[in-house]
Amino acid sequence: MNKPKVGVFGFTGCGGCQLEILNLEDQLLDLVNAIEIVHFTELVTEYSDTYEIALVEGSITTKHGVERIKKIGNIAKTIVAIGACAVTGGLNCLKNLYGPEKAKELVYGDKKDWIDSIEVKPIDAYVKVDYYARGCPPNRFEIVDIIRSLIVGRKPEIPNYPVCIECKRNGNTCVFELGITCMGPVSRAGCNSRCPNSVSGCEACRGVIDDPNVNAHKDLLSEYGLTVEDIMEGFNLYNACKGKTIEKRDK
Amino acid sequence: MANNLNIEVSPLARVEGHGDLIINVKDKKIEKLMFRIPESPRFFEAMLVGRKHDEPSHITSRICGICSVAHTCASIKATEKAMGIKPSQQTIKLRKLIYHHENVQSNVLHVYFLAAPDFFGVGSVIPLIETHPEVVNIALRVKKMANDMVRIIGGRAVHPIRTVAGGFTKLPTEEEMIKMKEMLEACYPDLEKSLEILRTLKIPEFERKTEYISISDTSDYALYDGNIKSTDGWEIDDQNYLDKINEKVVQHSTAKHCWASRDAFMVGALARFNNNHDKLTDNAKKYTEELGLVAPCYNTFMNNIAQFVEIVHSVDDSIRLIDEILEDGLDEGKAMADIKPGAGRGVGVVEAPRGLLIHDYTYNDKGRVEKANMIIPTGMNYANIEKDMHALVSTILDKSEDEIRLACEMLIRAYDPCISCSTHFLKVKLINK
Repeated sequence: MNKPKVGVFGFTGCGGCQLEILNLEDQLLDLVNAIEIVHFTELVTEYSDTYEIALVEGSITTKHGVERIKKIGNIAKTIVAIGACAVTGGLNCLKNLYGPEKAKELVYGDKKDWIDSIEVKPIDAYVKVDYYARGCPPNRFEIVDIIRSLIVGRKPEIPNYPVCIECKRNGNTCVFELGITCMGPVSRAGCNSRCPNSVSGCEACRGVIDDPNVNAHKDLLSEYGLTVEDIMEGFNLYNACKGKTIEKRDK
Repeated sequence: MANNLNIEVSPLARVEGHGDLIINVKDKKIEKLMFRIPESPRFFEAMLVGRKHDEPSHITSRICGICSVAHTCASIKATEKAMGIKPSQQTIKLRKLIYHHENVQSNVLHVYFLAAPDFFGVGSVIPLIETHPEVVNIALRVKKMANDMVRIIGGRAVHPIRTVAGGFTKLPTEEEMIKMKEMLEACYPDLEKSLEILRTLKIPEFERKTEYISISDTSDYALYDGNIKSTDGWEIDDQNYLDKINEKVVQHSTAKHCWASRDAFMVGALARFNNNHDKLTDNAKKYTEELGLVAPCYNTFMNNIAQFVEIVHSVDDSIRLIDEILEDGLDEGKAMADIKPGAGRGVGVVEAPRGLLIHDYTYNDKGRVEKANMIIPTGMNYANIEKDMHALVSTILDKSEDEIRLACEMLIRAYDPCISCSTHFLKVKLINK
């Protein structure tokens, strides 16, 4: 079997998703053997005209970015969005809360017109995304699983149940008991509840499950004396762009 | 051969980000040389406004996946200073420990994965898997050791969870501390072997004296805390960084340019070495001698060697820190300091792997961020990269286009520019007029 040509592309983000691939230390050599990496900004200089699989990191925040992602959409057979910035727009979307002009002014002052920056969007606002490796950072083993599945022609299994399930399985004390706000009840699992494992609240970096039990979460919040506003601040961290989409999907 | 030359490099691979390099040569004179960062700006300084005191470290960690521990620490130090939060000695030691290993993983990634292929004449680390498997395996082992250290202390390797303003949400166990010490001790043979390999590499000869700025401490080879110090002879309290460090917006780049005593300065491993070499462990000093790294060193390409020496130092110093923590005994009661959110301004300055990193926050009386300023190492190095490039290119105009292009890329890579902070990097296009 021919090795699939894989490109790893970075848009606006921190580069942490690409780093998580490099952090596969034990599996990296096997991975490199199973695929042909033809572009990887953090690792490889080469380029290609076509790609079997494009792993795309980062959100689209500039006009130039829009052109690039569309081009990748044309030359890649399968697109996998990796990491919160690509999947939901991620933390970059916090900028949208200001509107681009105000944000430019805050950071660049009277030189703001020199800066190319548009409303932040996830990549599926511009191209069809086949699979999503969610999270900030994404779970590197999930990325491997998606690639492996694509090679053998099976559908990757991405969890669609709340983080609470993993958290319970890990035997953690519920962080609400410790006075910590947590998005676990409505957030998509697949991270092995890594924040609650570290006695921190889930920040919903993997987005929200398809059918969240919002009312139960609200009850839970009121039981612990919290409001929806308290939690929306946390939720906004990674999902400020996706708010509307999620509301639509909930109905 | 190059009387007239147009070089455009965009985006440069194997640097942590994107950037463009444009060189125009006419009649053997450099007419225009511009290093620019075209990547979209992130607006973190705007994102922080209005956020609660416990959020900036999680938000700013996302400035850079490769130096997320550095941003986290700069952020929590700024918040702690602003609100008068006093972390325990145990917290500071654990922070220094996690800090070492982000630096190790980043330095390993840079020296072995990103810079080494240049020295072996290949386009990436992938061909080295066949030709120099020992190099790749050493890199993967040391990198894994460092990442595992960060995972154990911080909860994950990229964007740590447990390091927060006030201390740690969860402490490592005593067993984990002992395990970490074993992991550290096990990597010495790989460091020895690396030394043998690095000794055979030919580091380009190039010198340009500039100002080197880093933090500095009386006892430590400072990474986590210290005054800001310059080789131009000044030293200031980190809270007063604005007295010396200037920043301006330039049209061709989304990263702001910086200057201090002169028109440009360098930060990073070489700057740290030039300021603090006497604080290296004896073992690390031995490595500097073996590799011909002598302070003050003005060869930018030696930054890679300084990075390797820091790996050795970090491994040595981590063992010392673990011994101290174990001797004192891990104390849950010291994991978190008291926090009373309120108004104030605080500056957090650390050494990110790529150099000085500054977070400056002002909180209002509700404990929400009112104003934030951050200065990233690559922003500081920016002007210096242009000056270096200018000096280098004018000495190699008689070389072929390919050689000039490679030399330029190597020079930029020597800085290990983590431009994802603001940008990404270079594809080379050379046009002979």
